[in-house]
Formats: sequence, structure tokens, C-alpha cells
Amino acid sequence: MSTSNGMTSIARKFFMALSGFFLIIFLLQHCTINMMSVFSSEMFNSVSHFMGTNPLVQFALQPVLAFGVFFHLGMGIYLEIQNNSARSIKYAMNKPSENASWMSRNMIITGIMVMLFLGLHFYDFWLPELNIKFIQGDMTGLNDTGNFRYYEELQHKFHDPIRTGLYVLAFVFLSLHLMHGFQSAFQSVGFRSNRWSPVIQKLGNLYAIAVPLGFIVIAVYHYINA
Amino acid sequence: MDLTLKIWRQKNKDAKGALKSYDIKGVSPDSSFLEMMDLLNNNLIEKGENPVAFDHDCREGICGSCSMYINGEAHGPDRLVTTCQLHMRKFKDGETIHIEPWRAKAFPVIKDLVVDRSAFDRVMNAGGFVSVNTSGNTQDANATPIAKDAADKAFDAATCIGCGACVATCKNASAMLFVSAKVSQLALLPQGQVEAQRRAIHMVEQMDHEGFGNCSNTGACEVECPKGISLENIARMNREFLSATITSES
Repeated sequence: MSTSNGMTSIARKFFMALSGFFLIIFLLQHCTINMMSVFSSEMFNSVSHFMGTNPLVQFALQPVLAFGVFFHLGMGIYLEIQNNSARSIKYAMNKPSENASWMSRNMIITGIMVMLFLGLHFYDFWLPELNIKFIQGDMTGLNDTGNFRYYEELQHKFHDPIRTGLYVLAFVFLSLHLMHGFQSAFQSVGFRSNRWSPVIQKLGNLYAIAVPLGFIVIAVYHYINA
Repeated sequence: MDLTLKIWRQKNKDAKGALKSYDIKGVSPDSSFLEMMDLLNNNLIEKGENPVAFDHDCREGICGSCSMYINGEAHGPDRLVTTCQLHMRKFKDGETIHIEPWRAKAFPVIKDLVVDRSAFDRVMNAGGFVSVNTSGNTQDANATPIAKDAADKAFDAATCIGCGACVATCKNASAMLFVSAKVSQLALLPQGQVEAQRRAIHMVEQMDHEGFGNCSNTGACEVECPKGISLENIARMNREFLSATITSES
């Protein structure tokens, strides 16, 4: 079953963890840059312009990021299908909550919710960016008044309470996903020790709360100030 | 104690099974779960019905034969015990108890509560051993110094009795805890180093071939394992396998 595509179960989990690590680092930098919008519109505008026009970011890191996201999603779905087929007849009575957390048992649900949110997020920000920069050919980053457009666009998007609510909900799912995913990725690459695993567990919980909470603060801040 | 038992009955591996309800009276709270099953079977035989088939052997928690999914948990509601060590005082008088076989594609039901766990044997045959010279010149094991912590960890891994509770309880029916315990108990010792790479690769490949699921690191296996085998072994097997994959020439 598992070696049919030339990759063993451990190798698949290893690459799942690697893509997870990459996305964890990406999320941290994304949250950090977005948080600048709460403190300084000028700083947010200049960093956004740099990230949006730097060739290294646009043509090297962005394709890697896109691959990482779709690989993580595709492999997650593939593993879920395989796992379901490993137990074709379910138990009549089962108590999974007695021995494992809800987060660890429902990674596919929280993961798909985050991916559905990504569809909205791409529609809101990524596709308009591609349109302005690569179809209209406007790389200046300026609006009609001659100022940077990034902060203004951000505030405009969060004017809608439904959109803001959907973003907040998605970040809750992201938090639940990271609660298990962060420490699980270390286990999948073989890193576990009596000394460091409790630290990783605490660091993972801190990250899983701080980063999504940061995104929530940003969304709510701009909704209130829009 | 008077109990209602809902037990999976299945005539053979090809038959369609179903839960069947039985009432049993006068069960001692001090009896073991298997003794309660014996009492039920005596009653069934007296009534001319087929007794419930279930695996058992040592009845002292070391053979790994007994394998029942009781009230939604492998080996029942107690911790660090096999079904044979589970006492009826863990249940309430008048309670309804669900008893099912291990559920996994790699563990097909043979009859009632008996499943075919030979997949574990094939995983062991793939590399769960140390090749030794048995021509009469075998070196005394004590002649090889082994660090105390390594010996302790190897022993802890070796306490795995291969009951399959890890597979039964895992939401993915993964056998990673079992296979990692068997890889670890040898990888931690100098005698196991010679075949370490080959062992990790072959046992993992056989595990996948048998149709077990992937590990999601939920930790359910560790909680339900009657011997408390640690997830640390899974991380060790991941390391062993990944390094073997990179460096192995075979």
C-alpha cells in the first residue's frame, strides 16, 4: 500500500513535517509584517512594497511557498484517504477522546478549514496583486493620490464585518491545527528527547496561540479603524 | 454483578458479523474480564449455543494474546493492563459492555473476537532479529559493555508484547509503536548495530506493505499500550529509518 508510489509512510510524514516547518516560518514573518500595520502605516507600506516587488521574494520564495502550501494540502488529503482505508470497518463503540486530543485527531478538518480560508485570502489579496502587477503592469505600488496603496487596501478589506468574522474563525482553526502540528512535526523528523520535547511542546502551544491571535488582532484592529 | 454484554459475533472471516446481546448474572467484581468471558461461555455451552471465540494464553499480561476492544478502548478502561489483567470491579453493576475485536485492515477477523495478527510476525521476519553465530562459539553477551541508560531503554522497548492494542486504538490503524519498539530494542544495543540500517528499512517497508495506516502522532497508542511503550521509540525509528535511507547502499 504505502510503497506503491515509491515513498514509505515515514518518508511521507517527513516531507509533511518539512513543509509544515516551512509554513510555520512563513506564518511568523507574515504575522510580523502585518502587525506593522497596527503600529505604523508607513512602515507597513514600505515593507509590503519591498515584499511585493523584490524579485527574490516574488520569483524564488513565492513559488516555493505556493508549492509548500499545495504539497501540504495534497499530502494531507492523501494520508487521510490512506488512513481511512487502513480501517474499513469502524468500531461500534469508540472513545477516542480518552487517549488523544481533539486537535491531534482532527488535523484534516482544521487543515481543510484553513485551506478554504486561503481561497478567500487569495481572492482578497493575492489575485488583485497579480492583476495589478503582472496584468496591468503597475509595479509602482501607488494609488491615484500618489501614496502607497497597501495599507488602504488592507483597511478596505476589513471594513466588512462578515469577512472579518470569517478571518477570525479561520485563525481559530489555524490555532487548533498548530497546537498539534507544531510538536508533531518535530516527532515526524525524529526529534524527541526528555530534555527538549517539553520545551518544544510549550513553544508549540505559545506559537499556536500567539501567531493566530496576532492575525486576529490585526483583522479586528482594521475593522474597528476602517 | 449483573451485566449486559454486546459482543461481536462472526462465524468466520468471510461471514458478515454483528453485535449480539447477552445477559450475564452473578459476576464477581474480583474476577478478571476473561474469567467473566469464561462464565459467559459456560452458560452458552450449557444452553447448546456456540461459545464466543477469543484469544488468550498466559492470563498474566505477558503473552499479548488477549485482544478485546472493550467499551471503546483497547484492553478496556484501565491503564497499563491487558484484557486478562482487567478486573470486573472497573465496571458498574447493571452496565452494558461493548466487546469488539481489534479493527484494522491488516488484522482481519477470523472468528468473533479473534483476529489474524500474523502481519506482526511478517514485520518481525523482515528484520526484527540479530543474526548470531550459533556454532558453539557464541560470545557471552555480558562481554560487551552497554551503558545503563541504553540498556534500560532497550529493555523498556523490549517489554512490547505485540498484542496490537496500538494498532487497534490508533485512528489510522498504524503499527508504528509496535514496529518502533522492535526496531529500538535492537538499535539501542551494540549487538543490533550491524543490521541496523537493513532492519529499519525492511521492517518499515513490510509494515507499509501489510496495509497499516500512517502515524499522526496523536499519542493514543502510548496511552492504551499495556506496557507503556513510549512515543520516543517512534521518533527513534524515524531517525533510524531516515538516516538508513540516506546512507544505506543496498
